[in-house]
Amino acid sequence: MDKRVKKVMEPYWTENFGNPNALYKEGLIARNAVETAREDVAKILGARAKGIIFTNGGTESDNLAILGIAREAKQNFSRFTLPRGAVGSDASQNFASPPLLIPHIITTKFEHHAVLNSCKRLEKEGFSAKGGPASGWEVTYLDVGKEGVVNPKDVAKALKSETILVSIMYANNEIGTVQPIREIAKVIRDFKKKNKSNFPLFHTDACQAPGYLDINVERLGVDLMTINGSKIYGPKGIGLLYMKNGIKLEPLLYGGEQERKLRPGTENVPAIVGLAEALKIADNDREKESARLVKLRNYFISRLLGEIPKTVLNGHPTQRLPNNINVSILDAEGESIVLYLDEAGVACSTGSACTSESLEPSHVIMAIGKPHAYAHGAMRFSLGRATAKKDIDYVMKVLPDIIKKLRMFSPVNIKI
Amino acid sequence: MADVDKWVYSAIIKDHFMKPRGFLLGEPKEGEFDSYGEVGSLACGDIIKVWIKVDEKTEKIKDFKWQTWGCATAIASASAFAEMIMKNNGMKIEEAMNIKPKDIADYLGGLPARKFHCSILADKAFKKAVENYRNKKSL
Repeated sequence: MDKRVKKVMEPYWTENFGNPNALYKEGLIARNAVETAREDVAKILGARAKGIIFTNGGTESDNLAILGIAREAKQNFSRFTLPRGAVGSDASQNFASPPLLIPHIITTKFEHHAVLNSCKRLEKEGFSAKGGPASGWEVTYLDVGKEGVVNPKDVAKALKSETILVSIMYANNEIGTVQPIREIAKVIRDFKKKNKSNFPLFHTDACQAPGYLDINVERLGVDLMTINGSKIYGPKGIGLLYMKNGIKLEPLLYGGEQERKLRPGTENVPAIVGLAEALKIADNDREKESARLVKLRNYFISRLLGEIPKTVLNGHPTQRLPNNINVSILDAEGESIVLYLDEAGVACSTGSACTSESLEPSHVIMAIGKPHAYAHGAMRFSLGRATAKKDIDYVMKVLPDIIKKLRMFSPVNIKI
Repeated sequence: MADVDKWVYSAIIKDHFMKPRGFLLGEPKEGEFDSYGEVGSLACGDIIKVWIKVDEKTEKIKDFKWQTWGCATAIASASAFAEMIMKNNGMKIEEAMNIKPKDIADYLGGLPARKFHCSILADKAFKKAVENYRNKKSL
């Protein structure tokens, strides 16, 4: 976490400890801090302060957007169902159940699990129009191509009158590829105009974006956007969901009236203040820091591909976050590389989830059509504010020998 | 307080992983071994291949070598298995066949539960090698 962020949070632990919902002076100070943070955030997003809902992080914001919109729509969806007997002129149909309009969501195969698993949950969630058979939600998981970039034409093809939500991430968290959000927003706008409909809404998980990409919601054309604190040198356990004016959603939690009842519970004042500060810093430094990191990223990629045989880049070479490098190093396995690098003082992640609870290889690497062996050898390096060229030179000093060693006792020899 | 120096696996696993023993460098030479066995797949993320040389009369394992592609515990368990069966100039096949995954895990000072099934493959590869050896002999 950025020291400047820590500093602005400091007074809100013990000094200004009030509950922002209280009427006493300490409470008003806390309320003021929360509302100032909301305005600051709104300004950066080009949104109205009212449209910012603070949550406990990116996962909660994604869940709130998807489940919240879906459950709100579910309440209204049966209205679209035609009354019994009104279907067609065929007599036999008059005795059948009314046709069930199954609400539909479009997302991609390589979303964060917070989005994917929310959608999977909806597929199981019984949806039943009055008198009709029960059915889960229909979800389209779009392909992302070999380079990990969604084609807006695929979104256009998947849209239908039952589509209530499109959720596509701004930048992928594993391979860093940046999605054409504005173009997708235009496709959706055109569809809505043509169909004279308010749906679908467009949500984007933008957790990876602040500090590198434009996050102005008007320019992007999104209706909902997820942001979290920990990815931007802010505190963990805090995030937000931006909601365009007029959007209704069903909350995940029920309780008090905080966050317009959409996220009840006493506000995490220091974290909210910290998130706003982190976002301000990220936004201020965006252009300069991005330009610096793009150079470092390209330098690192060219050295990795040039100096370690049988190494391939995952994701589009340039349409990716300035701080993301993801390569598959064949004939060596990800977890082993990570642990050898850790021993050498380099922290990075694997695309494969061998160190996490799930032993499944990365769904992102699989989504870009790479075989299992590539997914198990996928390595993600993230550059940060403190990363300098000498750090990359250090990695390139130790990594080739680590790979040589692992390949020395590997029985695998993949042809590329 | 959490122990910040703690490694994700036991110190013994780390030692075997960082300094693996008993692996085969490159391809085996003609006649260097009597048979080999291989288990695992690219899909599941671990592959182990082992080679054995057996004394025909005593049925003692004269040489055992391995190669592994996989996570730290897969590499460490192969290395541990090699050490276990080559102690005292090699176990008898009969005895080595009795080594169970739990024995390897115990030898390594314990293994996370979720790693138990997928990464202890050395004993299975060894059993395949022995099977191949027996089949060859019975020809």
